[in-house]
Amino acid sequence: MSVTSRAPDARNDQAPAPALRGPVARPGSRLLHRMVWLRLSLLLSAPLAWMLLVYVVALVALLITSLWSVDSLSSEIDRSWTLENFRTLLENEVYRNVALRTVGVAVAVTVIDVAIALPIAFYMAKVASPRARRMLVVAVLTPLWASYLVKVFSWRVVLSEGGLAEWSGLGSPGYGLTAVVITQAYIWLPYVILPIFAALERVPDSLLEAAGDLGAPTGMVLRSIVMPLLVPGIVAGAIFSFSLTMGDYITVNIVGGANQMLGNLIFINAGAANNLPLAAAIAMIPIAVMVVLLTAIRRTGALENM
Amino acid sequence: MTLSPLSRKVLAGLTFGVLALIYLPLLVVVANSVNPSQSMTWPPRGVTFEWWERAAHSSGVREALVTSLQVAAIATLLALVLGTLLALALQRYSFFGKSSVNLLVILPIALPGVVTGIALNNGFKGILGVDLSIWTIVIAHATFCIVTVFNNVQARLRRLGTSLEEASSDLGAGVFTTFRLVTLPQLRSALLAGGMLAFALSFDEIIVTTFTAGNGANTLPIWILNNMFRPNQAPVVNVVAVVLIVFSILPVWLAQRLSSDVEAAH
Repeated sequence: MSVTSRAPDARNDQAPAPALRGPVARPGSRLLHRMVWLRLSLLLSAPLAWMLLVYVVALVALLITSLWSVDSLSSEIDRSWTLENFRTLLENEVYRNVALRTVGVAVAVTVIDVAIALPIAFYMAKVASPRARRMLVVAVLTPLWASYLVKVFSWRVVLSEGGLAEWSGLGSPGYGLTAVVITQAYIWLPYVILPIFAALERVPDSLLEAAGDLGAPTGMVLRSIVMPLLVPGIVAGAIFSFSLTMGDYITVNIVGGANQMLGNLIFINAGAANNLPLAAAIAMIPIAVMVVLLTAIRRTGALENM
Repeated sequence: MTLSPLSRKVLAGLTFGVLALIYLPLLVVVANSVNPSQSMTWPPRGVTFEWWERAAHSSGVREALVTSLQVAAIATLLALVLGTLLALALQRYSFFGKSSVNLLVILPIALPGVVTGIALNNGFKGILGVDLSIWTIVIAHATFCIVTVFNNVQARLRRLGTSLEEASSDLGAGVFTTFRLVTLPQLRSALLAGGMLAFALSFDEIIVTTFTAGNGANTLPIWILNNMFRPNQAPVVNVVAVVLIVFSILPVWLAQRLSSDVEAAH
């Protein structure tokens, strides 16, 4: 009884389609199977078209726009070639100061983050137990995804008059460049810890033990074995924090007082000042800095670990 | 190498101290959402739910939330399709210019945010002559969300190898059948994780958004930015911030659970 009632179910489980169609797939599918390049171009065409049309075209257009100008009377874009914008950038002191300030803040944030991240990543990867390590990784990752704006806002609250910093007795630096550096270092710290941690995890414990057994003191092991293996991880983390700080202008709006970074000048010129060509020219500064930086460190091999 | 007990203790103290410092400002925001003082003086004297009530009844917050959810949903959908196609192409085939394509995908998040922002702003407004709207935000967000899906799917494909797909095609299944019945089911949790990260990324983004949002289209982060400096709105902003913390951490926590479950199963 039970056997006969189960039999139809078993037959339902077998998909009838392949039997009807035979073992050979449809012509379209057969064509794709034979022609690798066709399969590849079908896969690539949509995403590549998107990236090229939306992004690469936009970047090239940005470069071209930076060579145009705005007619001061009609405020229309004048599409004849000129280097006027770049001359303004070089000769006007404001732009030079803001560019230097932006790079300075980015360097400060990067140095602070690497200095804090190194011991923490070392503890996570080499000292903590495997169980504690997993928990620490989650603890570092979670705030990374908490809203960026909320994190800046939280520092605005902490550093405000009558806020936590003042109450704690440490005192608040107030809104200014120091607050910007603190906030940015805070926000990008997880981005620096993670690549350094990943690099440290790849350093085999046996290597450290061998060095210790052969009589090397701890400082020497750290200096001549751990550090060289860490360089790619440190570079990757430093690129993250440097690039992210350079491209940020919201933090300086919120906790920076009256200070400005390059992003503010770009935003004002693209919007209120209605001078897209000048905004495009200013944007060439962070691009140039990043290109120089990336070319310089390409040889370290750190770029492959990102 | 042997570390002295003292240096172990110092390292541990440093690590847990910094971690506590990482969470402290977020906890302050959560605590301040029930702080009766409008200027959020610390420490709070008492507990009030007035700000939560005002936030719940604010039409500006509600509209911004809906816009943010719409943008994030559409951008995630686009990123899922484009990112998966790219990951399949780059992981399963080798071709000329492969490393350039790889670089192109990470470029929108590797370049400083203002550069991506002004490039798209100039492309839409200056070159195409399109008015900024909710759709320009969607296009911008999808562009930098592709990489999160791409990373997740590519990592999964690398681990899966090709033997199951080869077996499927040896047994006579066509290209599409193999993808539908063999590849896709194995990618499911990677797609879910990548999609959730993309959603969180889009939901939270502010810098590129300020360059690509039209006047009518306010996402939640833009609403926060516009209202943060108004003293009577600041406590409401604080409440929205708490909501954002929950919204951005929850999907990531789920995504991590998902990927760690899969890793444990393998």
